[in-house]
Amino acid sequence: MAVCVAVIAKENYPLYIRSVPTQNELKFHYTVHTSLDVVEEKVSAVGKALADQRELYLGLLYPTEDYKVYGYVTNSKVKFVIVVDSSNTSLRDNEIRSMFRKLHNSFTDVMCNPFYNPGDAIQSRAFDSVVSGMMVQAC
Amino acid sequence: MSPTQWDLPPELCCRPLAFVALTGLDVVYNAVHRAIWDAFCANRRADRVPISFKVLPGDHEYPKCRTKRTSYEWYIPKGILKTGWMNKHLNLVPALVVLFYELDWDDPQWKEKQSECATKVEIVRTSLQGRNTKVAVVLIQKKTPLPPGEDVVASERASALCNACDLSGKSLFVLPHTDHLVGYIIRLENAFYEHAQTYYYTEIRRVKSHKEFLNKTTHQLLFVRHQFKTGFFSELKQDTQNALKYYRTAYGLVHELRAHETNMLEIKTMAGFINYKICRLCFQHNTPLDAIAQFRKHIDLCKKKIGSAELAFEHTAWMSKQFQSFGDLFDEAIKVGLTAIQTQNPGFYYQQAAYYAQERKQQAGQLCSHEPNVGYPTPDPLDTPGAALDFYGQRAWRQGHQSIDPPDPEKEKKGILALQLKEKDIPHSVRVQTDFVILILFSSKDPVKKMLCPSHRHTHMVQMGEEYYHAKDYTKALKLLDYVMCDYRMERWWSLLTSILGTALKCSYLMGHVKDYITYSMELVGRASTLHSEQKSRIEKNLIKVLMNEVPDPEPECDPLSVKAARALWNERVSLAGSNEFTIEVQDYVPFVQCKAKFLSPSFHVDDPVQLNVYLRADCPHPLRFSKLCISLSNQEYNQYCVVEEPCNSKDILEPSIQENMCLVPGKIRKYSFKFVARFEDVGKKIEITGVDLMLGSDSGRCVYLNWRGGGGDAASSHEALQASRSFKRRGPASDSLVNWDTVTIQASTMVISRVPKVSLQLRHEPPALNNEMYCITVTIESQENTAAKDVKLTAGLKPGQDANLTQTTHVTMNGGEMCDDSHPALLPDIPIGDLQPGQKMKKSLFARCVTTGSRIFLFHVSYTMNTSVEGKEITCKCHKDETVTLETVVPFEVAVKFVSTKFENLDRVHVDVPFLLMTDILSASPWPLHLVTSQLQLAPTMAAIDQPESQVEEIVLQTGESASECFSLKCPPVPTGTSSVASGQYVVSWKRKSTCAETPVISTVVTLPHVMVETIPLYVHADLPSFGRVRESLPVRYCMQNRTGLVQDVEMTVEPSDAFMFSGLKQVRIRILPGAEQEMLYNFYPLMAGYQSLPVLNITLMRFPSVAPALLRRFLPSRIFVKPQGRPGDASIAAA
Repeated sequence: MAVCVAVIAKENYPLYIRSVPTQNELKFHYTVHTSLDVVEEKVSAVGKALADQRELYLGLLYPTEDYKVYGYVTNSKVKFVIVVDSSNTSLRDNEIRSMFRKLHNSFTDVMCNPFYNPGDAIQSRAFDSVVSGMMVQAC
Repeated sequence: MSPTQWDLPPELCCRPLAFVALTGLDVVYNAVHRAIWDAFCANRRADRVPISFKVLPGDHEYPKCRTKRTSYEWYIPKGILKTGWMNKHLNLVPALVVLFYELDWDDPQWKEKQSECATKVEIVRTSLQGRNTKVAVVLIQKKTPLPPGEDVVASERASALCNACDLSGKSLFVLPHTDHLVGYIIRLENAFYEHAQTYYYTEIRRVKSHKEFLNKTTHQLLFVRHQFKTGFFSELKQDTQNALKYYRTAYGLVHELRAHETNMLEIKTMAGFINYKICRLCFQHNTPLDAIAQFRKHIDLCKKKIGSAELAFEHTAWMSKQFQSFGDLFDEAIKVGLTAIQTQNPGFYYQQAAYYAQERKQQAGQLCSHEPNVGYPTPDPLDTPGAALDFYGQRAWRQGHQSIDPPDPEKEKKGILALQLKEKDIPHSVRVQTDFVILILFSSKDPVKKMLCPSHRHTHMVQMGEEYYHAKDYTKALKLLDYVMCDYRMERWWSLLTSILGTALKCSYLMGHVKDYITYSMELVGRASTLHSEQKSRIEKNLIKVLMNEVPDPEPECDPLSVKAARALWNERVSLAGSNEFTIEVQDYVPFVQCKAKFLSPSFHVDDPVQLNVYLRADCPHPLRFSKLCISLSNQEYNQYCVVEEPCNSKDILEPSIQENMCLVPGKIRKYSFKFVARFEDVGKKIEITGVDLMLGSDSGRCVYLNWRGGGGDAASSHEALQASRSFKRRGPASDSLVNWDTVTIQASTMVISRVPKVSLQLRHEPPALNNEMYCITVTIESQENTAAKDVKLTAGLKPGQDANLTQTTHVTMNGGEMCDDSHPALLPDIPIGDLQPGQKMKKSLFARCVTTGSRIFLFHVSYTMNTSVEGKEITCKCHKDETVTLETVVPFEVAVKFVSTKFENLDRVHVDVPFLLMTDILSASPWPLHLVTSQLQLAPTMAAIDQPESQVEEIVLQTGESASECFSLKCPPVPTGTSSVASGQYVVSWKRKSTCAETPVISTVVTLPHVMVETIPLYVHADLPSFGRVRESLPVRYCMQNRTGLVQDVEMTVEPSDAFMFSGLKQVRIRILPGAEQEMLYNFYPLMAGYQSLPVLNITLMRFPSVAPALLRRFLPSRIFVKPQGRPGDASIAAA
């Protein structure tokens, strides 16, 4: 399960970022921010090949010592980043994928809200609960 | 604890080379020996065999070999690897000892020398007692040896020497000291290398052979040691594949060891060594992925092995070193040619190393905070009897101890205490460590930079900045943080920005930098900061203190010592007079006061006051009082009108009353309106807001100007405006009192435009204009002003900026009585008209002559000045009004010209001296009636009129589509031979519009008549006959034939009979006509029938000019004649007809 979930706007500023409360939040912010380079690189590398049939899931962006960072880019270039504890070896790629899919669905719901202004920080209880479902319960 | 304790030993990090010792060489005094030694050690490139040579004296003492153990049964190992072991085999115990000895085969004292050599060999052997080290002998000879087998003496003596020295033949070499020294040396080297390899091979076998004596319970350490040793020997043997295999096994074994607190350090140390070796070999084998995988495994396995909790900083130090050394290996591999990718590059490892180093410092801070009275234990538990530890990774106070519990808890405590104190107490420890972290970060900055990975770099720089902060190098810290801050601000990562700002604020506080302090707090208090309101409130209070020229409270979590120093600095600042005014450019920050300035309209008439609003909003938690707001405009003369000032005393700053005008209440928008009258000179110019200054504080204390360039806005506002424009919350124009901040747009510039003119400008004319005519446009100017319009000027004519050709072909004048020519301009500028009283009308006529057809734009521009008052101020305004009209110019009429014969037959050519007719046809194309005044035919000298030509179309009015024709009888005088066509002349039509008045000049349109083909004919025939005949009455006809050549002509003439006529005269005759002469032929025709009758055809054939057809000549003759019936006598009517 994730320790940090972030939604990053097209212009690379955070729309939503939440991490396990027990740990140093700022560190996750740095981790997510750092991962954006890799996301950009991956997107531009893929973009050249097949623009329309792009795979949204970017896979493992990079492993740090303690965490694995996974990325996902929607067609509107909104990025999702999930940070997973690297000690959690039981988590398979498929599960990460399904987490992203869930996140994407929930994000789409947020976007469909007529009162949500695209580009604003996400403040949605439904979205919160989906993210909470993905996060490790503090243990 | 020296900072290098965690460094990997150099003997581990180097590439192991086979060690060969050279003895018997006197490199100092013997030139030959020196040359040999140089040849061995110089130019050791990659293509030479990997051997490290060393010159040793012949009686060198090699390390003693311990007695070989025959049984391990009662042996309990004391540690994994002895600290001296690697060095011993790299530098002390040679694989081969080579004895150099000068001896020629034919040496006269062969026997003596041979025994001396044998003695030397024996000495070497003795000192290598118990080792498997090989011995070889090299004879240095002066002569070039003969090919093998030919020198009988040599082979004999060689075998004798071998026997004497107890050497195998393979270990005896000959080195002739000749020209090809290097070649010989290389061959020698290769032979040595083989020997060395054999040696290491036997060593590997020897170590392996111990294995069978070991058991798993007591000798676990030995398993690791032996595997490591075989791996190391394999490396010495340059068998890296096998070495890797052995190291991997060793790595597996090291983790099988029973780990407990006492030996954790040893296990980790060894695991680190072996891991280093594995990774190094993997990179060397160009399998970087294996290296990375191994390293990850290593870290995963070791991460949790913290060991003693009291010495946790040791673990982090070790981790840091692991990452750093792996980063080094990676970096090294990249330098050699490996390509890194974004996700795998040394930078990551350096970063992690730095991270652990930071953590180490933190832990050290926590664990080593002893009471000051805790003294360093005596005797020093870290003191070892020898120079260094016996085994890698053991504790000095219990070396060789391998059981689970420490032998002496008291000693253990003291040891730990000693370590902790060492970590803490070395005064430069933090400093050194910080430098070390920065060193790592700097070295890691480079590969990351190379990888062009901006956000990584930022993270590094933040880390470095924080390191500098901890190292109390605040200037450097701020420099780095400032740089990163900008980017995080641009990228809108507020959480990161806030964290950096916090550090920066501490730095500036500790350094006593007032301006920086204000800048950072300003942003921390503002809306971009993610701090809690209590923290914001604290910072704002501090900020207010600074504004009051007081010392702010220290930032939390600062080193108390530094705070003391900082206080002193601040006190100094307070007492220091002057330099208490700061201007902060807030455009690039997100300050706690937002500002938007706007002109109420994008343009203002000069007689209206320019209005401008400044909106301010504070985001800080407490109300804020400012003392001055001023706006700078591009024309500085207006600045004086755009100031609000209300000096405040310190009480106001501390407790601003919310009602006050100069108080910014958090979340509320304040609007300040300004109004000024634009200067008359600025008409047509732009007025721009160049800056907005907000003064905080007071002149007596400190004052800070927040300066916004342009019309306000800051680093975050453009994005906010964009979001607001998308938002559903966007409303219509809000009422004045309740402005929605997001809907306020900045309007930083306005135009001053001239006053709206109150004059009317009417144009009267009859389009389209006719080509070349004097087209009249009447302009009526009527003043509707309340006061007199002075200095009225009219500019009229072709509007500038059109096609350049139009300027050449359009001429205007105010004088309609005369024709325009090229000297007249296309535009009449500034025609003075004088003053216009209110309600007065003025009429002017403009005459335009358009030489070419097409459309033109005419401009009528009236300008005048007048006095008016704005806001009680008298100003002189210039007003102007423009009117344009698009005018088509068309051709008034078309003239068609044709040549016809006297019989009205179309002529394509005319004949010399033969009369013909010129017909002109004027077809009106004008929509208005045209008055043709007259027309005139101006003949060329090559044409002559038969009678005086007179205009037949004089004073005719042509309506649209009507045409007027004229006919002139002309003749072409003789032309010089060879001329085929001649000019006819010009036809001039004088005309004007019917509607124009009498004095309007008449326009003459000249039409050039076409050239006509001219031909000379040899014979001209014409007939003389009455205009009509009468039935049965004689009709006399005379044909005249004129010879127009210089030759005598024979002419055959026949008259064909006709039904309608009887005739008398020569029916067929051949005559001769002299040059220039004329021959007359007389006939009497007698008409038989009435009506139009064909005359009898006269055929003329010219014998000399067969080309002249009879038909041509016939054209000159009438072909028909009207014959009247014979009237009854007395019928006068017929006779009269």
